Amino acid sequence: MINYLKLAALGVITLFAAIAANYARDLAYMVHAIIIMVVAGGLFLWTLRNTDEPVKKVAVETGYMDGVVRYGVVATAFWGVVGFLAGTFIAFQLAFPALNFEWAEGYANFGRLRPLHTSAVIFAFGGNALIATSFYVVQRTSAARLFGGNAAWFVFWGYNLFIVLAATGYLLGATQSKEYAEPEWYVDWWLTIVWVVYLVVFMGTIFKRKEKHIYVANWFFLSFIVTVAMLHIVNNLSVPVSIWGSKSVQVFSGVQDAMTQWWYGHNAVGFFLTAGFLGMMYYFIPKQAERPVYSYKLSIIHFWALIFIYIWAGPHHLHYTALPDWASTLGMVFSIVLWMPSWGGMINGLMTLSGAWDKLRTDPVIRMMVISVGFYGMSTFEGPMMSIRAVNSLSHYTDWTIGHVHSGALGWNGMITFGALYYLVPKLWNKERLYSLSLVSWHFWLATIGIILYAASMWVTGIMEGLMWREVDANGFLVNSFADTVAAKFPMYVARGLGGVMFLSGSIIMCYNLWMTVAKAPAKAEASAAVPAE
Amino acid sequence: MDMYTITRQFADSWMLLFLFGFFVSAIVWVFRPGSTKEYRKPAESIFRNEDRPANDHEEART
Repeated sequence: MINYLKLAALGVITLFAAIAANYARDLAYMVHAIIIMVVAGGLFLWTLRNTDEPVKKVAVETGYMDGVVRYGVVATAFWGVVGFLAGTFIAFQLAFPALNFEWAEGYANFGRLRPLHTSAVIFAFGGNALIATSFYVVQRTSAARLFGGNAAWFVFWGYNLFIVLAATGYLLGATQSKEYAEPEWYVDWWLTIVWVVYLVVFMGTIFKRKEKHIYVANWFFLSFIVTVAMLHIVNNLSVPVSIWGSKSVQVFSGVQDAMTQWWYGHNAVGFFLTAGFLGMMYYFIPKQAERPVYSYKLSIIHFWALIFIYIWAGPHHLHYTALPDWASTLGMVFSIVLWMPSWGGMINGLMTLSGAWDKLRTDPVIRMMVISVGFYGMSTFEGPMMSIRAVNSLSHYTDWTIGHVHSGALGWNGMITFGALYYLVPKLWNKERLYSLSLVSWHFWLATIGIILYAASMWVTGIMEGLMWREVDANGFLVNSFADTVAAKFPMYVARGLGGVMFLSGSIIMCYNLWMTVAKAPAKAEASAAVPAE
Repeated sequence: MDMYTITRQFADSWMLLFLFGFFVSAIVWVFRPGSTKEYRKPAESIFRNEDRPANDHEEART
């Protein structure tokens, strides 16, 4: 019966998408309508094929739902390489403008590829990693199978459809020009639906948990899901110009719009790239180190302090703008206060290894996790410093900001995700161990040196151009033109690009290693049916 | 009074007090007597139930 309803709904969607493709006012909308038409039509046929078939007796599934986590791991590795590749390419586009090819003008020039890169690494790589690890962790720490059956699959496929729509939209020019929130209105609506289902699956699993206590990693994951839902909805309040076109108009305007955007933007960092990934840290580091987290009390304080403080830090993106001074001072003060809980969390992660420091020598996976926590500490020190108004007057609009973002994103988010992937793949595919630990070491060193090249060159070029922009001669005239700074930055741009090449090659080595782990590593000796009594 | 002034006054008085109070209480709560022992169990909970969910017939673990 339910299948008939599904068929009706899918049929209507397919028909509507076909009509939309016909009436489309712009290319991006037309392509999206065709994608939706094909996906909905395909699902229609698939559902039709399975309707009124003799029902096979399937035993009720009782184990953990790991299929969707496996898909998530594959998607994370795939989008990671895509995102790093796009980033490396646009890094060289900045160094060598000829790479903005004439024939691809309007599609593959820097302006179009840059949001593709940021969304691919943050939302595709990071988002898939978060969904996969949160599904893995919430099941283990709740001792319960994922709630909602196939809803988890809907979350995975729905989220990846969102990514495809977003990415194609950027290339074809559909953007609402909000950093990290570029997708247009209908893509935003779709993400909202997916996200609500994600919340239901996650909360439902927590509700039916068998453990009394909700492990701290789940608190971080839950705050990430809830806050991102709130941020996403408020920042994307917009009115479509036409239902047949991708263009929409923001409800807020002027400085209110800017403030909403950076309230969103900074909390995307705070709750997507920090809280969610801290959920990973609080599960995978103790697991890999085989000892409980250093201080559970500290982890709770870390959580509440982060929740209460991060949400106010956004205005530091708007120093020296139309935003009232009190607001940007507020953002600056909260950013500095944030340093404390961040370092509390870093210490908590690092000290989890106390008594097991020797593992750093023998286990490259834990080395990866530890350096990621190190980068977390570094970028959460750099960030508050850059939020100070006087420092910001030098650093803002320069490449220092980009360097800061990448030491956080490549170092903290990237490395903890790699560590989690190395942990998860043998577990999920029931292998005794990874295919090769020395390849993990190769990945570790390539990625680390790559990040150092990246961050160091961006510090140099950022501070240099900041100083060049403000340099005045004895008569008070500016000394340098903008083009002078661009020319002076060339060597650092090349060094940054090389750092990207190293980071990218490390991730390709990881993909090979993970692939070979699934294909070649020895299977785990079947544990006898005896489960230790607890 | 207009909406802005009303909400603004509420935000920087009662709401601020509430948020601050909640935050401080949460931290005080963490340090309540006996919490160190109490938290040992959840901290070690990640080493259980690795391969399969807790059996439905089992007592819920504490």
